[in-house]
Amino acid sequence: MAGTPETIEQVRAVTEQKYKYGFTTDIESDMAPKGLNEDTVRFISAKKEEPEWLLEWRLKAFRAWQGMEEPHWPKLNYGPIDYQDAHYYAAPKQKNKPKSLDEVDPELLKTYEKLGIPLREQEILAGVEGSEGKSPAIAVDAVFDSVSVATTFRAKLEEMGIIFCAISEAVHKCPELVQKYLGSVVPYTDNYFATLNSAVFTDGSFVYIPKGVRCPMELSTYFRINQANTGQFERTLIIADEGSYVSYLEGCTAPQRDENQLHAAVVELVALDDATIKYSTVQNWYPGNEEGVGGIYNFVTKRGACRGKNSKISWTQVETGSAITWKYPSCILQGDNSVGEFYSVAITNNRQQADTGTKMIHIGKNTRSTIVSKGISAGRADQTYRGLVKILPKAEGARNHTQCDSLLIGDQCGAHTVPYIENRNRSARVEHEATTAKISEDQLFYCRQRGLSAEDAVSLIVNGFCKEVLKELPMEFAVEAQKLVGISLEGSVG
Amino acid sequence: MTTTFSARGAAPETARPYIEQFDRLQGELPGAGLAWLAELRRQGRDRFAEIGFPTVRNETWKYTNLRALDKLSFEPASPTPRAGIDTLPTVRPAGAQGPRLVFIDGRFHAELSSTAGLPEGVELLSLADALRTKPDFVAEHLGRLAQPDDLPLVALNTAFLTDGPLLHVPQGVAVEQPVEIVHVTLAGDRPSAVHPRTLIVAGTGARVTVVEHHVGFGTGADLANHVAEVFVADEATVRHYKVQREGTESFHFSHAAATVGTNGHYDNFILTTGARLSRNEVRSTLAGTDSSTHVSGAYMVRGGQHCDTSTFIDHAQPNGTSREVYKGAIDDTARAVFQGKILVRPGAQKTDGYQINRALLLSDNAEIDSKPELEIYADDVKCSHGATIGELDEDALFYMRARGIEKDQARSLLIGAFLAEAIEEIADETVREAFQEIASGWMASR
Repeated sequence: MAGTPETIEQVRAVTEQKYKYGFTTDIESDMAPKGLNEDTVRFISAKKEEPEWLLEWRLKAFRAWQGMEEPHWPKLNYGPIDYQDAHYYAAPKQKNKPKSLDEVDPELLKTYEKLGIPLREQEILAGVEGSEGKSPAIAVDAVFDSVSVATTFRAKLEEMGIIFCAISEAVHKCPELVQKYLGSVVPYTDNYFATLNSAVFTDGSFVYIPKGVRCPMELSTYFRINQANTGQFERTLIIADEGSYVSYLEGCTAPQRDENQLHAAVVELVALDDATIKYSTVQNWYPGNEEGVGGIYNFVTKRGACRGKNSKISWTQVETGSAITWKYPSCILQGDNSVGEFYSVAITNNRQQADTGTKMIHIGKNTRSTIVSKGISAGRADQTYRGLVKILPKAEGARNHTQCDSLLIGDQCGAHTVPYIENRNRSARVEHEATTAKISEDQLFYCRQRGLSAEDAVSLIVNGFCKEVLKELPMEFAVEAQKLVGISLEGSVG
Repeated sequence: MTTTFSARGAAPETARPYIEQFDRLQGELPGAGLAWLAELRRQGRDRFAEIGFPTVRNETWKYTNLRALDKLSFEPASPTPRAGIDTLPTVRPAGAQGPRLVFIDGRFHAELSSTAGLPEGVELLSLADALRTKPDFVAEHLGRLAQPDDLPLVALNTAFLTDGPLLHVPQGVAVEQPVEIVHVTLAGDRPSAVHPRTLIVAGTGARVTVVEHHVGFGTGADLANHVAEVFVADEATVRHYKVQREGTESFHFSHAAATVGTNGHYDNFILTTGARLSRNEVRSTLAGTDSSTHVSGAYMVRGGQHCDTSTFIDHAQPNGTSREVYKGAIDDTARAVFQGKILVRPGAQKTDGYQINRALLLSDNAEIDSKPELEIYADDVKCSHGATIGELDEDALFYMRARGIEKDQARSLLIGAFLAEAIEEIADETVREAFQEIASGWMASR
């Protein structure tokens, strides 16, 4: 529970901050007309110069979506969403595709600088130009509204056979891989929001790690919603071939606006024999103001398939943003001895609502899964952990351990736990534990006695509460996540 | 248990036969002359007509499928003569007498019942009689705790309620002997249905222990749809135990709704070994401050049995304590379901809630579905729940076999010890021992 001096300093430094990503960038953009119909789908597909099969797939999804109903089973309250009152495509206007970062709109680059993405950093630029940096850094794919604007470090990765690019690019570059795996984990009929995404997804990242390759650096994508009245529908596909390893990071921000914006993403992960995918997210979309006006509606479908034996998929998420979060990163443990992990910190403050958790589907023998979920609710926020652990009859020797802890700060918020456990194999062992508590007076007193303000003390205690999860994050993210924990809880005590 | 059912236009097909029966029989049901009761029954009828039997699409019925009911046309059970019943189940030592009400196929049998040994002022009688002799008292309590709105089977029971026990323990009275309620099903040739209603009213500071026996003789299909309403006033204690050993073709549903006043205490324990399909819903509301409730049970199922336990603890006031311990053993192709929800309402500070469900799968085809749930709106609370699922500990088995204990016996001992942890939750020693014996009997017959 003890915080390092740096931690305390960071917490202190950020507690005065408001949502610091709430700026907009004034960039001319190319937009689809408002509304959603088959023409919108065709427009997007045409913009991306997509092959026929992909357009067909989008159209099938769109038709399926028209016959679906928006789900209302989560413990979330929000007004009706007008799917017609949004732009489904917005792209920063460019004459030609940039060949290097130098050709990218400087306004855009400034945005990323504000976000703290080291896109412009010397080494990374060097990476783009092909001259190697000194030490492995992070390869970044930046997605601005609907399109990917810059991918760094590409040359270095290509040498190893790793493909890391925008999905719209991958469609042209390696269509056989995209066609084989797109929709193979999250089919276009999966659920309302995933189906909508399948019809109108605009961009996102594509990663392919070849056999036996250990990706030498963290791959990272920054998502940014900039335009008003736009929805962001990105689609990420990561394939780790036999014996490969990749660690992928995802960060999200949006400007501060009074209206709600829709974000419906789909992430598909495929791990073949002996492959490992580590997927980390720091989600910090604009959460709306203290009264719950504005903010992002975050409806995300994330699923990983451990197809091969001994494969492993690990999800780590720090969810502090969005007005509404609806997200259940899942693992389908098909391969024998495959491993699924889910580490989550979700913080809701003010009027935020989150219904999040995971699904672990044990199909193969000796499959193992671990779930650690830490929920912190403050202000008038409501938060639900909803999870499923399912052991199918053939999953001999399957193991699951689940730990869900909730912390409530203040008496106006809610914290809920709804785990589903379905076991059809007697040799399986499933354990579930959940606790709910508040910050103890003793802990607070101890910190105050040592000169910390009430707010700092809370930040410190909450960071300790989340430590088990935060330590799973790659270093670069862990620091940011610790800061976020502090910012998100601002104003929740005293 | 808080899910709202949406009406799906026309009356669901499954409800129709029951509605027709009700419309035909309503004039013959007990208390037919009472306007308030007729109104209550009508509400139950209308609600059931609207929603019918729940389907798995309904969240609270996700794991329990009632499709098997559709294939059977249940008729309301007709009054049965006392047919050759020589021994009735009891927790008392052989030969001992005590207060007891006996219902055969849902109807009260006075000649088998007794109120001997009850302290003065305590009333123990059949609900059908009470509707004649003290309708005002019944009106004050009936339908107050079990509302048909989102509970289809409660709606059905409300329409058809026929008979059942009424126990009233006035202020300050302690009943030392357990009060036994025996429900016997004598399934005939036709599938028959009963809808008993239990009312337990404990006044301020009263104390009483109730033991319900549900037994079935015969092998025909029948439907028992029980609803119990338990009023625990301030400082009162009600211990409510139940053992369900119905026949292997029976459908058994029960909904027990209790409300507990300040410093009051309500215990509920259900031991299940019987019925083809059973569902026990227990809903305990801590309506007064500093009140407590212990809701526990043990289930042992095999063959193709299906056993569902759904509990709901409602912490409505500060300083409440709740404790739940459920243990189950599931063999053959049987399936067990456990859904347990703890709600802590805003302002219910200093709540302490604990819940554990442990299940043992004894065969490759057995299944358990577990859904423990916390819904918390107060910050100064301590709530936890846990669930574990597994098979018998091979090491322990090996240890016993190494010491010369037969495999079957070793398994029985281990299962027995496992279930005993739940049965130990029963505060009343006599009841605890009797229930332990029933559990041992189940293991011996494996």
